[in-house]
Amino acid sequence: MSRRYLLWFAQEYLDFRLAEMQSILSMLKIEIKYVEKSYNKPYWIVELPSESCIKKIASRSVLIKSCIELWSSANTEERLHENLKSAMKNDSGKWIVESVTGESNDNHICHSSLLTVCSDPSKSFKIEVETFCKHFSMKEKVEKIELFSYLPLEGPVKLNNPDMKFSYIEFYGVDPNNVPKQPEQLFFGRWIVDGQRDLIQALSLKKRNFIGNTSMDAQLSILMANQAQVTMGDIVLDPFVGSGSLLVAAAHFGGYVWGSDIDFMMLHARTRPTRVGQKVRQKEESIKANMKQYGIESHYLDVLVSDFSLPLWRNDLKFDAIITDPPYGVREPTEKIGIEKENYTLAEDYLPNHVPSKVEYGLSHIYSDLLNFAATHLHIGRRLVCWYPLVRSEFEASQLPSHPCLRLLASSEQVLSRLVSRRLLTFEKISDAVPDVPLDPNAAHHNFRRAKKAEEIAINNIRRAQKVSNLK
Amino acid sequence: MKLITHNMLTSKCLKGVVTGYPLAISATNIKVTEVDFNPDFIVRIIPKIDWEVFWKAADSIGHSDGLPQTVESKLHDNNDFLKKVHRVLLEVEIDEGHLTCPESGRQFPITKGIPNMLLTEAENKFAMLLKSANDLYHEVFAPMPRQI
Repeated sequence: MSRRYLLWFAQEYLDFRLAEMQSILSMLKIEIKYVEKSYNKPYWIVELPSESCIKKIASRSVLIKSCIELWSSANTEERLHENLKSAMKNDSGKWIVESVTGESNDNHICHSSLLTVCSDPSKSFKIEVETFCKHFSMKEKVEKIELFSYLPLEGPVKLNNPDMKFSYIEFYGVDPNNVPKQPEQLFFGRWIVDGQRDLIQALSLKKRNFIGNTSMDAQLSILMANQAQVTMGDIVLDPFVGSGSLLVAAAHFGGYVWGSDIDFMMLHARTRPTRVGQKVRQKEESIKANMKQYGIESHYLDVLVSDFSLPLWRNDLKFDAIITDPPYGVREPTEKIGIEKENYTLAEDYLPNHVPSKVEYGLSHIYSDLLNFAATHLHIGRRLVCWYPLVRSEFEASQLPSHPCLRLLASSEQVLSRLVSRRLLTFEKISDAVPDVPLDPNAAHHNFRRAKKAEEIAINNIRRAQKVSNLK
Repeated sequence: MKLITHNMLTSKCLKGVVTGYPLAISATNIKVTEVDFNPDFIVRIIPKIDWEVFWKAADSIGHSDGLPQTVESKLHDNNDFLKKVHRVLLEVEIDEGHLTCPESGRQFPITKGIPNMLLTEAENKFAMLLKSANDLYHEVFAPMPRQI
């Protein structure tokens, strides 16, 4: 018999919700049935085979706030109480209004067997009142709790660490400027488990030893590790590792992590400090020290200074996940080693301390290199997760980077400004037949220039747009 | 740099180098840092390791004691063996030294445990080649929108 749960989400990154859930479900091999699922409301109602399933999901999801075993839901307060009362008499062992999908309905009535847990006199309990988009005083909340006095709750009330926690939620819509007098939807049920919101604080950049200018924030890093389905013992690579923030989340979920970056100064933490007011980098700042800080040092393999445009790894090396945030050329330069002079040589004497010059590494080149790399170095069925910046008005799904060996599973948008956004792309490797790309030095040269010109114009537009938005 | 990393690295990006594997290790400072032992991970990683290269690398820095020259699958249940592999693969680190390309003799420095695999502009055999290959690839498979 499947159970019905209310999943309560944090009201942010709406575009990532379904993608995260699908990744977690397929990673844990859990079947789900969506009873009610909307894009912009902070809750879903789902059916799952067992309570252990919901606990497993919550142990990964960073977007879920809490999971509640749903007992009753309605559009009005009176109706909610009526529903709960009829649930107490519902001995059929089934949900009333079994097969509803899509639009919200006011008739979720559970069967009485769920309610029997609360009549155990040895179990302490508390009822929590939550309201979405409206604030109530403690006194008003207590009044709301008193209305549930008909429930056969036999145990003592205990506010700290009770055996059972019940949740009563009033939902007043998602528009804070237009809050209705009466709640749109109300829910009551037994609290089961919280999601991983606390992890955002635990891995917060604010308290992290070593960060860079473009370190990924904890929540997005965790989202990426979930999209990449990183689990215990996986081998994970970030080829544009920077300050290693993606590796922290991946290692937290049990991945063993490698990183590489072209920026020697960054990997050796000799770049200018990122924090306001900090004059010099601390001596012990490094990606490895970050891992130590979080107690996941045993999952740190190595970081290397290398140029991603060149082959470095053994051909037959396969990773379980590649997660990365390539430089977009706005806040971090896009670079690879190279020189625009012909027949360039370097005198032997300079060799030991030579810092090679870098040329621009065009965005389209970065992504085609990255997709090619993933097609070669991922296990079949495993994932590449990367950010992709774009101009919002020009977005077309068909224009996203693609590769015959990779299938695009998700593309979730994070809006950065009015004009630009970046999308988190999730690819799954579906084939090992990496096509042979012929190496013809003259091919497509003309087109490269044109593409580059277009790129330059776009970059200028973005910079201008950013200046404007900064001024505001 | 740990030996697990050494086992996966090549210098094939160098001009005139075909396989660039394995790189020779010269270490001036070796550190051993204890980290948590996860036997499942070791069992999972062993098939990915080029064992001969691993053994020789361990031997060259004086850490091959008790490590068998060949690996057999029956050893997977042997906890002492797995612990030994764990130690040499994940705990022994080359902190200072360099890696040497077996074909060209080019050295890659390792400082504070981080190998620097960057080439100079002139050494990079792919500089021109890759650029055009990418262009072609981009034409055929991945038309890109205008980018930032």
